Amino acid sequence: MAETTMITDREERDARAISAAKETRTPTVVVDDVHIVYKVHGASAGKGSATSALSRLISRKRSPAITEVHAVRGVSFTAYKGEAVGLIGSNGSGKSTLLSAIAGLLPTEKGGIYTNGQPSLLGVNAALMDDLTGERNVVLGCLAMGMSPAQVKERYQNIVDFSGINEKGEFINLPMRTYSSGMAARLRFSIAAAKTHDVLLIDEALSTGDQAFQRRSEARIRELRKEAGTVFLVSHNNNAIRDTCERTIWIETGELIMDGPTDEVVGMYERGERP
Amino acid sequence: MSTVSEPINLSLPGGVDTGLTPKQLADKYGLTVSGRRPGLLAYTKQLWGRRHFIVAFATARLVAQYTTAKMGQVWQVVTPLLNCAVFYLVFGLILSGNSVPKYIPWLCVGVFIFQFIQSAIQSGTGAISYNLGLIRALHFPRACMPIAFTVIQLQQLLISMVVLVVIVLSNGLMPGLTWFQVIPAMFLLSLFNTGLALMMARIGAKTSDISQLMPFVLRTWMYLSGVMYSIADRVHKWPHWVQQVATANPASVYMELFRHAMIPSIYSKKHYGSSAEKLPPHVWEMALGWALVAFVIGYVFFWKAEEEYGRG
Repeated sequence: MAETTMITDREERDARAISAAKETRTPTVVVDDVHIVYKVHGASAGKGSATSALSRLISRKRSPAITEVHAVRGVSFTAYKGEAVGLIGSNGSGKSTLLSAIAGLLPTEKGGIYTNGQPSLLGVNAALMDDLTGERNVVLGCLAMGMSPAQVKERYQNIVDFSGINEKGEFINLPMRTYSSGMAARLRFSIAAAKTHDVLLIDEALSTGDQAFQRRSEARIRELRKEAGTVFLVSHNNNAIRDTCERTIWIETGELIMDGPTDEVVGMYERGERP
Repeated sequence: MSTVSEPINLSLPGGVDTGLTPKQLADKYGLTVSGRRPGLLAYTKQLWGRRHFIVAFATARLVAQYTTAKMGQVWQVVTPLLNCAVFYLVFGLILSGNSVPKYIPWLCVGVFIFQFIQSAIQSGTGAISYNLGLIRALHFPRACMPIAFTVIQLQQLLISMVVLVVIVLSNGLMPGLTWFQVIPAMFLLSLFNTGLALMMARIGAKTSDISQLMPFVLRTWMYLSGVMYSIADRVHKWPHWVQQVATANPASVYMELFRHAMIPSIYSKKHYGSSAEKLPPHVWEMALGWALVAFVIGYVFFWKAEEEYGRG
């Protein structure tokens, strides 16, 4: 029974999204025909050896070890205020690259990305300061995001409670390198989510958390959307996308395959169909 | 699924914006290119807003630096002392023949000041590359990193200065009013070092090979700066242009200021007659000049590549 009500909820939600698309909406992220090309250094063998480096110096050849990877090929879309957009696609399809570019961490080869304010990217392996305690990481992370010391003091307990780090003892006083990957990811998300973001990009950062934390973070994402932000979510967990996002973009080998209501896009993706 | 029959694009603008191109839409709502570098003034404002972060980061790093060592922060005092001991062994005892009176405190000032410059440059070089995780995870003006690392080194210097006071007093020198000159001198030197750290941070972020080369550059600079021998003793034998370079060398200039402040008696003819060194003319002006030049150039140079840190 619960399953069917969930689905009608989602259908309603998607229908609302479609009717809202006919209204005037405020765009927050505009991706306009973007191409991203990676330059990878040291891809060919032999770079590490001293003799090959020396012979390269003598023969004055440029380092041959630069390989170009065309990761994103002409993707365009616009995201609007209050939207939660899922990004799906197989491994290596360019989802994470695209998020990095939206966050301004990768330059575009062609095309432009325009955003409202500075997007924040939450990646799965974005380490903070491993040798410092969780407590220090919370304080420093908040200060780095531009909070005042008074605001940090005020929100500190909320952040720790939200992360659930202290549920199994006083882990917050231990260095972050002693945390499990799930705990570290939870603390990072809790720090980043403590601030209101215009655009929040989440790259698999929630997948390592346990059930209780995933429920809490889904609730927080809904709150962030209400505060008129836009949330992007990359995940290989299609149910997480279904539960959080009303709109989904499907990317394969750097090209946009489909962009539409979540149930439609994820359904096609799961059945292995192509539009 | 009624939606399949009528293809709906959630991406296209609706209402009054229907038909606008992405670029026009972005312009209409004032969206900016993602990751674009802010103007110099706006950047400085952002940086000032992160001052609490810089101090907290520096303090946390300083504490964490010695957590793996058993003796912990005792090393902050022991390391400079050992440094001085080694230099005294080699240049005070084995290669003795210095005309400098009160050689031990004189040497210690030189060692501590050069150490400050050297470690500011070295930690500045790695400021971006060692903190890529933090830089990619959170958004803040990147200049926070090299500046925070200079603050760490400044805190280390303050500890060294306490050690120095003990050394000076134990060599029979009395505290005097000139000691207050240490405060402006330290301010100018910190400004100079911050500039160098910013400069090196940008270079180090692009070319990681530079960290292999820096120890040699720094060692050469140290030997040329008169840390363990008096330049004034030898300068008259050198060609004119070398003399000029040697007296304008910022490391020598700052060492001179601190030596004059802490041990003024070695500069007085009354005590040591003709063997006394004079404080060369225009030392304060040169110190101010170097500080301003290094800081302004370093700051602008670093800011010019702000959007590129953490990329790739």
